[in-house]
Amino acid sequence: MKSVMGGNALRIRAIAILCLAGLLAACGTSGDSSSGTNTASAPGITATTITIGSTQPLTGRAAPGYSEISPSSNAYFNYVNDHGGINGRKITYYYYDDGYNPTNTASLTRKLILEDKVFAMFSALGTPTHLAVVDYINSQKVPDLFVSSGCNCWNDVSNHPYTFGWQPDYTIEGKILGQYIQKSLGGKKVGYFYQNDEFGTDGVKGLDAQLGASSVPDASRQNYVPTNTNIGPQIAALKASGAEVVVSFSIPAFTALALLGAAKLGYHPIWVVSNVGSDVTTLTGLLKNFSKGAVGGALLGGMVTDAYLPLTGDSANPWISLFKGIHDKYVSNLPWDANVLYGMAQAYTFVQAMKAAGRNPTRASFVKALETTKLSGGPGLAPLGFSSSNHLGFLGVQIYTIAADGTQTTTGPVYTSSDSGPISQYSGSASTPPANGIP
Amino acid sequence: MVAVQSRLDRLVRPTFGRHLLFALAAAVVLLLLSSQIGAYDDYNLTAVAIFAVAAAGLNLLTGLNGQLSLGHGALMAIGAYTASLLLKDHHQFPVIVVLLAAVLSTGVIGIGFGYAAARLRGPYLAGATLTLAVAIPQVATRYKSIFGGESGLTVAPSSPPDWLGADFPPERWLAWIAFAAAIVTMVLLANLLRGAPGRAFKAVRDNEAAAALAGINVARTQVLAFVVSAACAGLAGALLAYWTGVTAPAGFTLALSLQLITAIVIGGLGSLAGAVWGSLVLVFVPLLTSGMASRLSLPSSVADNLPLAIYGGILVIAMLVAPHGIQGALRRILAYGRARWGNTPGGGQKGVVDWDDPAPDT
Repeated sequence: MKSVMGGNALRIRAIAILCLAGLLAACGTSGDSSSGTNTASAPGITATTITIGSTQPLTGRAAPGYSEISPSSNAYFNYVNDHGGINGRKITYYYYDDGYNPTNTASLTRKLILEDKVFAMFSALGTPTHLAVVDYINSQKVPDLFVSSGCNCWNDVSNHPYTFGWQPDYTIEGKILGQYIQKSLGGKKVGYFYQNDEFGTDGVKGLDAQLGASSVPDASRQNYVPTNTNIGPQIAALKASGAEVVVSFSIPAFTALALLGAAKLGYHPIWVVSNVGSDVTTLTGLLKNFSKGAVGGALLGGMVTDAYLPLTGDSANPWISLFKGIHDKYVSNLPWDANVLYGMAQAYTFVQAMKAAGRNPTRASFVKALETTKLSGGPGLAPLGFSSSNHLGFLGVQIYTIAADGTQTTTGPVYTSSDSGPISQYSGSASTPPANGIP
Repeated sequence: MVAVQSRLDRLVRPTFGRHLLFALAAAVVLLLLSSQIGAYDDYNLTAVAIFAVAAAGLNLLTGLNGQLSLGHGALMAIGAYTASLLLKDHHQFPVIVVLLAAVLSTGVIGIGFGYAAARLRGPYLAGATLTLAVAIPQVATRYKSIFGGESGLTVAPSSPPDWLGADFPPERWLAWIAFAAAIVTMVLLANLLRGAPGRAFKAVRDNEAAAALAGINVARTQVLAFVVSAACAGLAGALLAYWTGVTAPAGFTLALSLQLITAIVIGGLGSLAGAVWGSLVLVFVPLLTSGMASRLSLPSSVADNLPLAIYGGILVIAMLVAPHGIQGALRRILAYGRARWGNTPGGGQKGVVDWDDPAPDT
């Protein structure tokens, strides 16, 4: 899907916004203009500000990699603020450290809603952590946007009408990875290595739906819990089962452990790894760290994975150059990797949604606008699928492979699907970013 | 008539009456306070009450009976999972039933573990309770279909009764429940400690051989202390389940057990009031430090870890300034004041000190 507006119209709009911002700065809150007046239309929205909040693992076991997401979102918001904000309103983004502990998430979410009076929750990270507060957030009728987790539990419109996911859910991902295995690695024996929670089991659900549950025997289904780093027995069992392809629904640390464990046993299957566990920068660092420098990124050669955003190394992609530019200007202390891209792309979707909701949205009208406006996918490879019956964001991924030198190459088209529906090839073309980088 | 009167006097005047009066006063103050402050402050005070229940139980075990437990976080998990299992699949149970069930289940497990603990001393006991802290969350992960695995069991909030009005904040309602639970726990514990069991606890702590010679069954005393302490942890766990809205293994890590120990050491070992002081520190100091850290513009790697660093720093300073905890320091100040101005109603320490402590002046 092409960008909705041409470059010219956007430039004019950007100039208008800049003028408005200038006006606001000059004469305080008298924001009169032909296009309406800013009012304090909802909690967290004043004539000049929009306040949103998030809970994130900035410290603790889930922090490596994931702690980069919220500063990157904030960098994009600062970029928007420096270019006039949204309808003249500056975005204030509070993100608090919950250490991936649901008890902390519960209290910090109350702080954001009751004390900081945020308009919406944004990008709150983690399945167990966010499950702790999803009922509460909905009981307070606070928009709960773009949960940073691929659990399909966020798509529960009747019980959680204010909650929206963003990334493709793990079942869809499993189905499309399964299809790739059927098409390109057909006839090979398949094994699973997965995290023993919603993340892993949802992924396996998708794989089984595609490959057929009976095609993978129990001996080839090995799982791990994130608190136990000794995964040697599982890898040995996979080797013994004769699996030639191992699909891994694992977080980065356990992808690295599995690769090292297999290499130690002289076991070299084709690794097919879920998006959340395959970032090359993070994995290379972990492999070097775990092996005390003995092996590095070369072990990643031949890995198959998938993406729903452009690849960070694809400098020809206009989205990548836009976000890389913002990264270099606002958060250059973070490595340029998939987590940074993730945070910025989420922030982009938020600004899109905010603009779609009009000048003076209420919490309810904002949710309504998100369900009824057809948003472009922005940097996403597939369009956003929000509707009154679907609260999942991106519904498609593209397969890519990783070479021994870390080069990433996409292969095949973008496929879309749903938890129960068929897989279809996405025929739309990628959108291009607006000239000023703001939707 | 006179006999009844004197009997009543004997029952009420010395301890039970005083504790009851104290509890009533606390209830009135908390009720008024909670109605004046915002919902978020109510929510934080609820956490103080919850931690106070658990810390009071742990203080009885560690401060008064001398058994160190690194596993109280796990005992809280048992209470929390009991409550969550009862409320699973939208089952409706009155709060009081849920809380009592949690007390009972944790108490029963406390008996089993108390027997094992009574055979162990010092570092061996610490090690055994440590296994509890490490193992219990794993059980929840292993038996996913029952305990919900890593993402845990969600707990529906207890909504305020209709007579309080439609817009009564649920945070205040939960605060009232937690205050009531904390006050009842404190009164029961205070009475227990004032009586023969309390004296037995201390005797065993100070010298097991001497206690045995004095006719105290050492093992039974230790088991009793463990059971009472576990029941408190279970109650706190069930309240925590309501407070958090979810019971998941990640909420009951070893860090929780260590936090409880921090609370009783900072607050004052061996005193119930110390458990309250410690809980106040546990809840409010991190809130303060995270606010401080976010106001400075620092690189994220520093800013993210600063609240913990400041928190640690405050604990170190607190231990240097008040090695007997906050309660110990308060006693010292009171004792100093009394010595200075010579106002000693009822004679000496007794009038002020409500319950025991390990000799603050030595």
